[in-house]
Order: sequence, then structure tokens, then C-alpha cells
Amino acid sequence: MQTATTHAPAHGHDHAHAHEHHEPGFFSKYIFSTDHKVIGIQYGITSLLFLFFGFSLMMAMRWQLAYPGKAIPVVGELLRKVLGDEMASGGVMSADLYNSFGAMHGTIMVFLAIVPLAFGAFGNYVTPLQVGAPDMAFPRLNMASYHMYFWGGVIMLASFFTPGGAAKSGWTSYSPLATLADTSNTINGQTMWLLGMVMLITSSLLGSVNLITTIIQLRVKGLTWMRLPFFTWAQFVTSFLLLLAFPPLEAAGLMQLADNLLKSSFFLPTGLVTSGGIVPVSGGGNPLLWQHLFWFLAHPEVYVLILPAMGIVSEVIANNTRKPLWGYKSMVYASIGLGFVSFIVWAHHMYLTGMGTTISTFFQTTTMIISIPSVIILTSLFISLWGGSIRFNTPMLFALAFLPMFGIGGLTGLPLGFNASDIFLHDSYYVIGHFHYVVAPGTIFALFAGVYFWYPKITGRFMNEILGKIHFFGSFVCMNLIFFPMFIQGLRGMSRRMYDGGSTYFGNGVDPGVLKLNEGILHAALALAFFQLFFIVNFFWSLYGGKKAESSNPWNATTLDWATPTPVPHGNFETAPTVYRGPYEYSVPGAARDFIPQDQKD
Amino acid sequence: MEIPYTVKPRPDTGLYNAKIGIWLFLASEVMLFGALFSSYILLRVGAPDGFWPDVPTAWPHGLLNVPLGTFNTAVLITSSMTVMMAWTALKENNFAKFRKFMTVTLLCAVLFLCIKGYEYNDKFTHYVIRLKDGSALTGHLEINGSSPRFWTEDTLAAKKLESVEVLQDIPTVLRYPSGFKHEEVAHEPGEHHIKREIKTADIQSLRPFVPATGTFFAIYFTMTFLHALHIIGGVLVMGYMTFVGGGMWKTEPERYTNRIESVGLFWHFVDLVWIFLFPVMYLL
Ligand code: HEM
Ligand SMILES: [Cu+2]
Repeated sequence: MQTATTHAPAHGHDHAHAHEHHEPGFFSKYIFSTDHKVIGIQYGITSLLFLFFGFSLMMAMRWQLAYPGKAIPVVGELLRKVLGDEMASGGVMSADLYNSFGAMHGTIMVFLAIVPLAFGAFGNYVTPLQVGAPDMAFPRLNMASYHMYFWGGVIMLASFFTPGGAAKSGWTSYSPLATLADTSNTINGQTMWLLGMVMLITSSLLGSVNLITTIIQLRVKGLTWMRLPFFTWAQFVTSFLLLLAFPPLEAAGLMQLADNLLKSSFFLPTGLVTSGGIVPVSGGGNPLLWQHLFWFLAHPEVYVLILPAMGIVSEVIANNTRKPLWGYKSMVYASIGLGFVSFIVWAHHMYLTGMGTTISTFFQTTTMIISIPSVIILTSLFISLWGGSIRFNTPMLFALAFLPMFGIGGLTGLPLGFNASDIFLHDSYYVIGHFHYVVAPGTIFALFAGVYFWYPKITGRFMNEILGKIHFFGSFVCMNLIFFPMFIQGLRGMSRRMYDGGSTYFGNGVDPGVLKLNEGILHAALALAFFQLFFIVNFFWSLYGGKKAESSNPWNATTLDWATPTPVPHGNFETAPTVYRGPYEYSVPGAARDFIPQDQKD
Repeated sequence: MEIPYTVKPRPDTGLYNAKIGIWLFLASEVMLFGALFSSYILLRVGAPDGFWPDVPTAWPHGLLNVPLGTFNTAVLITSSMTVMMAWTALKENNFAKFRKFMTVTLLCAVLFLCIKGYEYNDKFTHYVIRLKDGSALTGHLEINGSSPRFWTEDTLAAKKLESVEVLQDIPTVLRYPSGFKHEEVAHEPGEHHIKREIKTADIQSLRPFVPATGTFFAIYFTMTFLHALHIIGGVLVMGYMTFVGGGMWKTEPERYTNRIESVGLFWHFVDLVWIFLFPVMYLL
């Protein structure tokens, strides 16, 4: 009974063991599996669904921004039926609905789509393979982690149907707004949001403990730290960010929960007045406390969003340039540095809270320091392209597009990092443009690259190249059409939270010419949705109709994830591999082939 | 392939998997409680000027039962020692001794929870009463020989009580430094409470010592409750391992010992949190 479980009670049911004797039933194979590959796929499918759902929320909002007060065609009627008249009467999005869609779009995208896809799906599926492990170190915790995530997601979705609707105070849930937004219902959208977050935080805690232990303990013989693929390094640093940055948000969440349910005043100041008069609470709390705790998580969180993406891109680029990564070691040290510094930059989100120039200067300095490692990684990847004989397949196209898109996102972050310029840009569409460039055409493209890249390992078939290229070029153009105009709008001072698209903000119908852009953005968003159809069709069709992968290493890759049979059996490797070399031995002069797998002896 | 190092330590790290796992988990717990302690500091530093109970949220002082808190600290430290002795007993191959020490540990944990429960109940029946003449006092209500919990001025109105009997805490100089105007209550030296009849009509507000009454109570209850949840978790796991899952000792003694070591580490951490909580909440 010493097989794949470590935390199982003595008489516990052991899936891994059972597998050798009889085929497990549907439930233990697909729902309550402890196999990291199944769990990775569970994470992948669930998070892709959430990604699509979060995108749909935004499309509805973009309609409202482009045509304020006009009924949304088709969908408006659906919203009215599902959510009721006060939310979407006559198919027109109400302000409350706009606010909850906005809050839930951000929450879903960050916590239920990107992180679970980047860390839960890819981290789970690929990392144990890359370190040569038979599974994660704690398979049962792994299962629990997925189920926590799943139910956290269900709670978030259910919150749309609570009285008063889902949370509507932004993905940042700033107090006191979050506590006072809906005082007529005790169990309101915000309560559900907090409960959901507690589940998601627990899930990522279990996941990160598991992944770190796996990487430290289960590396096979010969796989020294500097022989780890960069992808695994990225996941390693990401795990530490999740492990250490999330608990403060959990603490904050518990306190906000107390404010909402027990009427305490952690985040409610003395003498707080709203349109309903003085708020009947004891007061004495501190709204900035929430912001500090939130951003203490949420800044490291943005590196949780980007590091796995960098990891995927590195694998794809090394493989498709047929060259070693340039500056692998500096990339590793840069990502470790990034991890440390990301804990001391959080207050650059709070320059306008009046924290004083000394503190602003400190955070401004650390923010500039943290851009250095990002630049090191990006530069290394760019230089890696130099002189390679590049294969322009779909994963590579997405990986290549990641580089300039992340570059734009990072560069536009610099003016936000200086408090003098941020005073003007804060809370404008410029900020929206900045982080979407990093996350949408940045991270999401990297994740697509990963899906196209590892698909043949997971299914034994390639995804279709033609559909893939249509998907890529369509998405690339649309993403830029959506997010670039936002910089222009933001520089003209358009606020990021306007329900009517900003016309009240500019007042008296004086539009400096940027409101019109909202229409263009809407159409680009719809076109983006259209191009995702190519991905969805491709994803399912290729399961049965895709070109068969001839070998278990169809891309001629070097890392251990490709040293397994395809499809990867339970236990992954027939015998534990031994590693003899670094991760990217491509085009080694004098070698028989243009790649030498890590587990190949000289 | 099987998962390696589930029992034996990996040579280059010197650790088995679960031990790394538990240390990582504790690291995240440090961040969780660290955030709460930081919040405590921020809230306390930001508390409005003035003195409890006159100013609703000024930081109250001396409301917690120090002797009980001290005793509870001793109880937890004892349990931390016995859990270690239990583990040592396993290393000595003495399961009976292990069980004995584990039982003591569990009894300590339960005793801790009972005392905490008693303290909580005392807070729920303890009130701050603000009178319409501007003065404020604290004490327990006495209604028909029992002390009710969670009442507010609305409860008084709903029950149509003319007046209530209050077991008033005697204000001491320490609690009300000079300059603060408060009602002097005559009392014998050594007396801790005086009984007093207060007309409902004179009462402006009646608040139990719960999170809604002020940020001190809010953070006190949040932190001690979260800590108590950890104790409960520890009791469940240790109880299960000792009395239900003990069969593993016969089949896989080494693995069993490792588990006890891991849960022991967790228990030391829970103890450590209390060692910080006690002075911060009770003494400072
Ligand atoms: C590399 C250099 C970067 C710098 C200097 C930077 C700087 C900043 C600053 C100062 C803000 C606050 C703007 C404001 O609210 O006024 C901000 C917002 C944001 N950044 Fe970045 N950033 C960088 C990279 C990234 C990356 C890599 C990501 C994510 C993958 C990211 C995601 C975000 C998000 C999500 C927000 C907005 C949060 C919100 O207010 O809702 N940033 N950035
Ligand atoms: Cu940031």
C-alpha cells in the first residue's frame, strides 16, 4: 500500500494501487482521480470554460459601453429572463448589472481562468513529467485542490442568483464600498464572493505546497537545479508566490466577512456617511488596511499570471528555434529575483491614497527595480531567436506574439510606476490597457501556445495547423484593436469605471473624440469571439481527426515530459529516467540529431 | 513507478515529502497570522483618541481575564511538550507510552477550548452601557438571576423592561487615566463589582462585547477564533491518528511516526501563535 498516496489513512482507498487490478469506474477515473494528468486536464477544461464565460460577461459590458442604454440584441432578452427585470429590464443592462459583471469579469478571469489554467492545468500536467516524477508528491491533496477550486467556482457562479445579484465592487472589492454596496441582504453577492475566495485560496495553498514538494523531492537522478527546464523554474517561483501572498488576502477576506455578517468595523472608519446617513457601525476601522492586504496578494498575483506564461513561451521557443535558450541561468536568477521583489511593490497601486511622498518613493523605487528582471527574461527570449532556424507552427506563433505584447504591457507599466505620472493615469482606461496587454495578448497567448504545444503529448494527435493559424492571426489583430485604443482613451482621462462609457464624465456631450472608440472596441471584441470558434472546433475535432503524432516526442524536444510514452500511462515513466544533461541541448555541434534528450547518455 | 521519499528522507534534502509539505504549510500560516497581527497593529495605532468606554472604538484595556489566559498558555505549552514526548515514545518503539502522552495532549487541547469557551461566554454576557447623560459604564446584566447574552437596547425595548439590574465593573484609575470625566462609584476596597439598578429610559445604547462593538473585539474574536479552529483541527487529526488510525503503527511504523512528527510540528505552531496572541491581546 505504499503506492501513489502519502497522506492516505492506513485503510484508505488507493486508486493508484487499484488501477493495477481492475479498471476504475467513471467516477474514480475522471472525477475523483488522484492522477496529476487527469487533474491537470480537469483544471484545464474547467478554466477554459471560465475563460469563455468571463469573456462573455465582458462582451455584454462592451455593448453597454458602445451603445449606452440600448437593449443588447438577443443576449439582453436572455439576461432579463435569467436575472430578472431589475437587472436587465427590456434587455438593457442596468448599472447594478454592469457593476456585477465588471467585478465578476475580473474575479473570474484572474482567479478562475488564468491562474487555474497556467498553474493548475499546465503546472499539474507538465511539471511532474518534467522532473521525471510518477505523480505529484501528494496525489490526494492534489485532488482536494481541484475540488476546492471547482466548488469555489460554483459559489462564484451561484452568486449571480443571490438576492441583489453578484458582487459589484470590482475585483478588488474595496471596503467600505464592498460592505455597503448591498446592505439589504445579509447573504449577498459580496458574501458569496468572499466564501468563494476562501475556497480558491485554500485550493491554491494545497496546489502550491504540492508543487513545491514535488519539484524539490521528486526530481530524478541527475536532474540538478540548473538542469530544470525553465518552465519548471517558473512554476516553482509561482508556487512560492501563491503560498505566501494569498494568506494575507484570506485574512482580509475573513475580516471583510466579519464586517458584512457580524457588523464589525475592520474596514469602516468612524463617522462614515453614505446617502442613507451615518452608517450605524462602531467605526474605528481602516479602509486602507483592506487595500494593503489586497494588493499584498494582488501584486505577486500578477507575477503568478505572467511567470507560467514565460515558462511556456521559453519551452516553445527553445524547441522551435532548435537552439538552447540564451541566458538560461540569468533567466532563472531573474525569476527568483522577481519573486522576492514582487512582495515589496504592492503600494504602487495606492499612490493616490495619500500615503505620503516617502512611502511613495520607496514603492516607486522597488517598482522600477522589479522591471529589471522582467526585462532580462524578455531580452533573453528575444536573443534566443537570433540565428535560429525557426519553425513557424501555431504554438510558436503564439509564443512569438507573446514577446512584443508583453513588452508593450511592461513598458506601459513604467509610467504607472512613477507616482507623478500615475496621478494622472490612475483609474483610467490606460491602466486597463496596461494590464490587459500583459495578461490577454500576453499570458493568454502563451497559454494557447501551451495548449497547441502539449496537445499531441496529451491526446496523441496534433491540432490542425490551418485552423490554428486562423485562430492566431485573427486573435492577434483583434486583441490589438481592442486594447490599443484604451491607451488613447486613458490618456484623454477616460475613467475605467463608467457605466455609460464615460459620456457623463466628459460632460455636456463634449467628447474629445475617444468615446467613438468604444464602438470599434466592441466590434473587435465580437470578432475576437468569432476567431475563438476556430480554437473550439479545432480543440474537439482534433481529438478524433487531428494528424496522428508519429512518435511520443513529435516536436523533437529535449525535456523529460517528452520522454514518456504517449498517451502518458499511469505512473508516467516505465522506469525512472536518469538525466545526463541540461534542458535545452539543441543543435549541439557533432551530435547525430539536432536535439539530445535530457535522459540520453552520451 | 512509485512516489519516492514518502517515508525515507531524500538524501540530498534530508527530508521526507510530508515534512517539506508541513513546513510549507506552516510558512503560509505564518503569513496568515502575520497579516492579522499587522492588522491588529494598524487598527490599534489608528484607534480614535479618547478612552474606552466613553469613545466607542478607543482601544479597551484590561477587559480580558489575565489569570485564565495565563493558565491557558501553560496548558498549551504542556500539550506541546507532551506531543513531543509522544513522538519520542514512538521512536523508542513504545506505543502504549505514546498513547498516554497523546491522550494528555488531547485533554490539554480540550481543556484549552473549554476555558476559551468560558471566556467567550463571559464576553457575550458583558455589556457596555451608554447613558443618555453622556456617561458610560461596563458590566453584566442580571435578569431574573441569569445573565443574558447578545442583548441590545432594542432587546430592552422589545421586552418592555422598565429597568435592568447591572453588575457594574468598578472603574479603576488604571482604566481611566486622569482627565477623563467619569462617574465616581463609591465602593469598598477589594470589591470587584457593584450592583446597580438602571432605568431603561436612561439607556442610550446597550452593546455586548462582540465584534460589532469595536475593532478591539473584532480583532480579538477573529484571531482567537481562527486560532481555536486550528486547535479543533489539531484535535481531530491527532485524535483520529491515535485512536482510529493507530493500526498503521503495526503495518508501517516508520510512516506512522513521520505523521505524528508532522502533526506535532503543526501543534507547536498552534502553540506558538498563542504565545504571541496572549500578550498582545491580554497584556498590552
Ligand atoms: C514590468 C513592469 C510593470 C510595472 C512597472 C507595472 C506597474 C503597474 C502599476 C504602477 C499599476 C497601478 C496603476 C494604477 O492603478 O494607477 C499597475 C496595474 C496593474 N498591473 Fe502592472 N506593472 C508591470 C507589469 C505587470 C504584469 C507583468 C502584470 C500581470 C501579468 C501586471 C498586471 C497589472 C494589473 C492587473 C493591474 C491593475 C490592477 C487594477 O487596478 O485593477 N502588471 N501596474
Ligand atoms: Cu502591481
